[in-house]
Amino acid sequence: MSFKEGEVRIPAGCAISGFINRSGKRVSGADIVKSISYMHDRSNGLGGGFAGYGIYPEYKEHYAFHVFYDNTEARVKTEEFLDRHFDIINLSRIPIRHIPEIKDEPLIWRYFLDPRPTKLTSSQLDEKEFTVKCVIRINTEFDGAYVFSCGKNMGVFKAVGYPEDVGRFYRLDEYEGYAWTAHGRYPTNTPGWWGGAHPFALLDYSIVHNGEISSYDANRRFIEMFGYKCTLLTDTEVITYIFDWLNRKQSLSLEDVASVIAAPFWSKIDSIEKTDPKRAAKLRYLRQAMSGLLITGPFSIILGYTGGLMALNDRLKLRSMVVAEKGDTTYIASEECAIRAICPDCENVWSPKGGEPVIITLNEEGKRRCL
Amino acid sequence: MPVNYFPAEFEVLRNYDKCISCRACERQCANEVHYYDADFGKMLAHENQCVDCQRCVCICPTGALKIRPNENSFRKSANYTQPLMTEAYRQAGTGSVLLSSMGTPKDYPVYWDKILLNASQVTNPPIDPLREPMETRVFLGKKPTQMKFDKNGELDTTLEPSLTLNVPIMFSAMSYGSISKNAHESLARAAEGLGTFYNTGEGGLHKDFYKYGANTIVQVASGRFGVHKDYLNAGAAIEIKMGQGAKPGIGGHLPGEKIKEDVAHTRMIPRGTDAISPAPHHDIYSIEDLRQLIFSVKEATEYKKPVIVKIAAVHNVAAIASGVARSGADIIAIDGFRGGTGAAPTRIRDNVGIPIELALAAVDGRLRHEGIRNEVSIVAAGSIRCSSDAVKAIALGADAVYIATPALLAMGCHLCRSCHTGKCNWGIATQNPELVKRLNPDIAYKRLVNLVTAWNHEIQEIMGGMGINSIEALRGNRLMLRGIGLTEKELQILGILHAGE
Repeated sequence: MSFKEGEVRIPAGCAISGFINRSGKRVSGADIVKSISYMHDRSNGLGGGFAGYGIYPEYKEHYAFHVFYDNTEARVKTEEFLDRHFDIINLSRIPIRHIPEIKDEPLIWRYFLDPRPTKLTSSQLDEKEFTVKCVIRINTEFDGAYVFSCGKNMGVFKAVGYPEDVGRFYRLDEYEGYAWTAHGRYPTNTPGWWGGAHPFALLDYSIVHNGEISSYDANRRFIEMFGYKCTLLTDTEVITYIFDWLNRKQSLSLEDVASVIAAPFWSKIDSIEKTDPKRAAKLRYLRQAMSGLLITGPFSIILGYTGGLMALNDRLKLRSMVVAEKGDTTYIASEECAIRAICPDCENVWSPKGGEPVIITLNEEGKRRCL
Repeated sequence: MPVNYFPAEFEVLRNYDKCISCRACERQCANEVHYYDADFGKMLAHENQCVDCQRCVCICPTGALKIRPNENSFRKSANYTQPLMTEAYRQAGTGSVLLSSMGTPKDYPVYWDKILLNASQVTNPPIDPLREPMETRVFLGKKPTQMKFDKNGELDTTLEPSLTLNVPIMFSAMSYGSISKNAHESLARAAEGLGTFYNTGEGGLHKDFYKYGANTIVQVASGRFGVHKDYLNAGAAIEIKMGQGAKPGIGGHLPGEKIKEDVAHTRMIPRGTDAISPAPHHDIYSIEDLRQLIFSVKEATEYKKPVIVKIAAVHNVAAIASGVARSGADIIAIDGFRGGTGAAPTRIRDNVGIPIELALAAVDGRLRHEGIRNEVSIVAAGSIRCSSDAVKAIALGADAVYIATPALLAMGCHLCRSCHTGKCNWGIATQNPELVKRLNPDIAYKRLVNLVTAWNHEIQEIMGGMGINSIEALRGNRLMLRGIGLTEKELQILGILHAGE
C-alpha cells in the first residue's frame, strides 16, 4: 500500500521561517538555512524546503521551472511537451551537493521558459494562466514528472530530509535573494516522495505552512469549482490555490484575502459596524461571499510572492508565530530562536494576533533594485 | 352479526389497583376510547378507536394506564404481513385510498445512522466551545463568485437579499389548517426567540401573526391558498413549494371539517369546503415556467426577499436542482422521502421518492461540479431527527436544515400518525377548539426554543471536537464523515470514505 501525498491525506506539524530585506538587498541562502536549523525538533526528517525570491536576476523575465523526474523517460516526454508550449531559454540540472543525509534523489532539472506566442494566442489565456494550465497538465498527466516551482525570478528547493540538510544539498549558500522562506516538516507517516515536501508553489506564490486545517474538504470542494485540482491532498496546496484565486484572479488585496480565510468573528464584525460601517460592510461581504474559503483549525503561514512576504495565523492563534525587525529586514518564524539565530539583536519582536495579517513589501529602493 | 375482519391495533391496559375512576382519560380522549361503565362501576375502553397517542397515559394522575400493541396475531407471513392484510380489509370495506400521516414508519435505510463523525486528536486541537467562540450563524441566499470593483478600485459590497440564521435550523412548512393556531403561534414565537425562521406552509398567514413577519417564510403552493401581495411582503422570504418529500407528485387535501371560520378566512376560501392543492402548479408545466413564477414573486416583493424553491427528493433530483439553481431561485429546499406530512396516501408516502442523505449529496455534488454552488443555498429536510443528523447534513453539503417532526415532538406530539383524522389530543393537528386550547403557546414556544438551543449546543460541541469553529467550515466538509457498513456504490453517491479509510 502506498501513502504518497495525493493518495491519502497526511497531517503534519512543522516549523516555518522567513525574512525579507525591504530595500532589496540580496542575502545568501545560508542565513535561512541557519535559521530553520534552530527549530530542528519541529521537523522529523521527512521533508524540508526553501523558497528564494530575486535569485535569478539574469533570467527575471522568464518562468523558472524546477522539475523532479523519476527517470529519464519522464524527462524526455516532459521536455517534448515543454518544447511544444514554451521557448526554452535555458535548461540544466540543478546543482546539488551529495551528502549522506539526503538519499534517493530524483532527477532535478531547471528550465527558463517563455510561453510560445502562437500557443499562447490560440489558448486565449493570459500568460500566467497559460503557464498554470501547462504546469497542472504536467503534474497530473505526466507520470514521474512533477513541476514544483514555476515563478519568475524565484525558486523552490525541497527534499525529503531535515531542512538544514536540504539547504546544504541544494547549495543554497550559492544563491542570493531579497526574501527567503523555509519549512521543516513533521508529517505523521513516512512518505518518500520529494514533491510532498514544502514550500508548495504556483507561479510566484509560495506557501510554507504549519498546521492542520479542519476546514480542508470544505475549502477543497469550493476551490475545485474554479478549475483547480487538489491532487496532493495537503493543506498547503489548497491554501496556495485559494491565494491564487482570490489574489490573482479575483484581484482582492492580500489584506482582503486574509479577511476571507481568517475572517473576523461575527461578533467582531458587528462591533466594527458601530464605529466603521463601511469596513464592516466589506468584511461582511467577504465573509458571506467567500464563506467556503474560511480556514479553520490551526495554521501559521508565510506566503511569498514577487516583492513581498505575508504572515498569517488562524483566527484563534493555535500555532506559534513571531515577527521581528532589524534595520530594513523583517523576520518571521515559528519560534523566536530561529530569528535570534541569524539576527541576535533583532528589535520589535511581537506575536501577531490571530487572523491579523503581517504584510511586508519591498520599499521603493527595493522595487528599483529587484523588480 | 357483522364480522370485524381485523382486531384493534392497540390494547389499553388499565391497572385497576391504581385506577380511581376519575374519568380524566375519558374527558381527554377525542377518539372516545375510555368510558365509565356504571353497571360494572369501572372504566372500560373501546380499544378499536385507540391511536396510541399516549395522551391518557401522560395525564393519568395515578399512572394506571399503558397502551401497547395488540398481541393478537394473524398467521405469520414474511410476505403478507399483518399490516398489509389489515389494509386490504380496510380498503375492501371502504373502496378508498389509504391515508396516513407523518413520515413513513417503514424500515428503509437511515443513512444518518450509517455515517460516523470525526474528531481531532494530537495533530490538531479540539476547540472548547465554552472557552472559544463557536459560530453557527448562517446566511441563506445567492453569493457572488466574481468580485466587482468600481472605477476607483473599491470593492462593490452589495449582497443579494438573504436570510440570517443564528442557528442552522429552521422550522419546516406546516400549514395553518393542518396544524392549529396555537401551534403556529408557538412556532412563530420560537423562531423569533431563536433568531431563525418558521414556515407558514401553504395555508396562508393568520392576521394575528403578521407581527412575526421578520421570522416568517411565507409559502406559495399549487393551491395558492391565502396568497396575496401583503402576504408575500409579510415574510422575510418566499418559498415556492413544488413538492413534498412525503408525497412527491401529488397535491394536498385538507377536508372541509378542518376549514373553520378562521382557517377559511386565512386561506381565502369558503368555510367548510375542501381545500385541494393540485398536483402541479397549473402555471408551471416546465422549468421555464418556474422561472416566471420566481420572478413574478420577486417583482411583487421588489427584489427584496430571497425566494426558496422546495422540491421533493426524487430520482432525478440533482438535475432538477441544477435547473432550479439556474432559474433565479436563491435557496433550494430538498425534502427527503422520510419526511412528515399532515395527510398523504399511504402507498405514496411509503414508496415514492428517495432518502434526503442521497439526494442532498447528489445535489451538492452536481452544483459544485457545474460551478454554481454559490448561486443557491441548500436546505435539507425530511427526517432530520437530532443535532447529529443536522451536522451530517451540513457536512454533506447543506447550508441549513429544516425540522418539523422534532418541533411537533417538542409541543407534545407522540407520533401516533393520525393527523389526518383531525382529532389530535395534543392540540396540534386539529381545529377543534376544545383540543386546540390544550396546547398553551406560552409553554410550547419555550419548549421549542429549548429544543433548538439544546441542538445548537450539541452542534457546537461536535464542531469543536472536529477543530472547526465556524459552521461554514463544516459545510460540504465530507472528509469529516465516514460510512459504516455501506456499499461502494452508496459511499460513492454520498461522496464519503468508509470508516478505517
